Amino acid sequence: MNNMNDYLSASVKSIAPSGIRKFFDLVSQTEGVISLGVGEPDFVTPWHIIEACLYSLEQGYTMYTSNSGLPELREEVSYYEQRTIGVEYAPADQILITVGVSEAIDLALRALLEPGDEVLIPEPCFVSYAPGAVLAYGNPVPVETYDIDQYRLRPEILAGKITPRSKVLILPYPNNPTGGIMTRQDLEDLVDIIVKNDLIVISDEIYGELSYFEKHVSIASLPGMKDRTLVMNGFSKAFAMTGWRIGYACGHPDIIAAMTKIHQYTIMCAPIMAQKAAVEALRNGEIEMRKMIADYNYRRKLMHKGLNEIGLSCFEPRGAFYCFPSIKSTGLSSEDFCEQLLLKEQVAVVPGNAFGQSGEGFIRCCYAASVNNIEEALRRIKNFLNQIE
Amino acid sequence: MDLEKRILKLIERDARLSAKTIAAMIDEDEEKVQEIISGLEKNRTILGYHAIVNWEKNGWDGVTALIEVKVSPEREVGFNNIAERIYRFPEVKSVYLMSGSYDLSVIVEGDSLKDVARFVSHKLSVIDQVQSTVTHFILKRYKEDHIIFNEGEEDKRLVVSP
Repeated sequence: MNNMNDYLSASVKSIAPSGIRKFFDLVSQTEGVISLGVGEPDFVTPWHIIEACLYSLEQGYTMYTSNSGLPELREEVSYYEQRTIGVEYAPADQILITVGVSEAIDLALRALLEPGDEVLIPEPCFVSYAPGAVLAYGNPVPVETYDIDQYRLRPEILAGKITPRSKVLILPYPNNPTGGIMTRQDLEDLVDIIVKNDLIVISDEIYGELSYFEKHVSIASLPGMKDRTLVMNGFSKAFAMTGWRIGYACGHPDIIAAMTKIHQYTIMCAPIMAQKAAVEALRNGEIEMRKMIADYNYRRKLMHKGLNEIGLSCFEPRGAFYCFPSIKSTGLSSEDFCEQLLLKEQVAVVPGNAFGQSGEGFIRCCYAASVNNIEEALRRIKNFLNQIE
Repeated sequence: MDLEKRILKLIERDARLSAKTIAAMIDEDEEKVQEIISGLEKNRTILGYHAIVNWEKNGWDGVTALIEVKVSPEREVGFNNIAERIYRFPEVKSVYLMSGSYDLSVIVEGDSLKDVARFVSHKLSVIDQVQSTVTHFILKRYKEDHIIFNEGEEDKRLVVSP
């Protein structure tokens, strides 16, 4: 047989394997690790949601749903978006239930891009956008954001990246890994550029509830932006439902219809048990969700203060559940820092360059961890810093 | 939520949080947090601190009983005197005044069934105002003060994920 790599498509071959994967293998082989490397809540899904799912299974809800998702879930999503971001989406043709936001992003890029179209991606950011663009035959164009700007996307930097091929802008706020958010004013400052260059915005709002200073604002709520914005959200972070793989996209009926076409032939529908659980989350999940968010906020302050005290300067995160301190003072690269910290002090954090080249010189520390583990990890990182001085 | 209440909520869940940690979590001065905690201890808002122990692991096979007690309330003091007569016994872990078909719920711990039986027959039932008792022995603890006793409550997340 030939080298099987010869059979692979060029676009798949061009994608580098996730930097996180490599690091995951290393962490898995190490004993006694305290991990701040996770990207998910430390809570189990609230019991009333699990219980609703169990009940639906007992009732025999084990079949396909319509491609778009259960009507009652689309209705709940419609109410939810209206009360949180103040934008109305019709359950019938403006909402599509997907297998997590990840699927929604993939569908949107495939539905929108012609080969060679450019996707503007603020970095540092979640790992999926650039590979998603490549798999849809588009070209990812990183748009750097900086700690001095509180990791907000600045209009002058965005403007400098626009070309005639620019088609889609991804807005991943509140941001993983930086904890940056976009205020209403920050978003208003972008509207001119977006409209003038006829961009479609994919607004990934999965951390929207986890905004600690002010209520999350969606760009879709600004005048003239609803039709050119796809709002994507899900249940993973706010409702601690990562493993259920359930999310949705809201937007203009034409784009939602195109995405639904791809979805119906590739996925058919999101799992019905997860959809049933999501209905319960939106109907009755507010109280538990607020408790979890209050708890993240305590630990956000604890970790932010602790990192600065041990000498790793860190922008105060305003959303999501990560701190993103600079490790430039150590002279180490992000990957060397993380590897040595793991081997010497058994603390796992994620190298910043996993989130784009502009993340080099930073590390991501997740504060969805117990208070004891956060404090012990900070002690160990301090020890490590003393050793390498 | 006011500052005192936030501190109390945090301590109620984990009494071992230091003033320093609490201060960082709520963005306050350590001294101020310490002062508030001391004040709450002094005015007996915080009455004590204890651990939740799974005694089975330690090999102690003592018994705990929940006793429903019907009593005759007394003029002027209602149930308070009789409650005190009962809660002063060191065997008594908790006493609550209840609504419903009985009056006092008394939780008693002993080394053996006999211990508890002796307490009920010799000390509790013989009190004048006590009309009747129903003793229930606890067979298994599943959850106490929000803590689940089961194994398998460990972190099941992948150690690293995007």
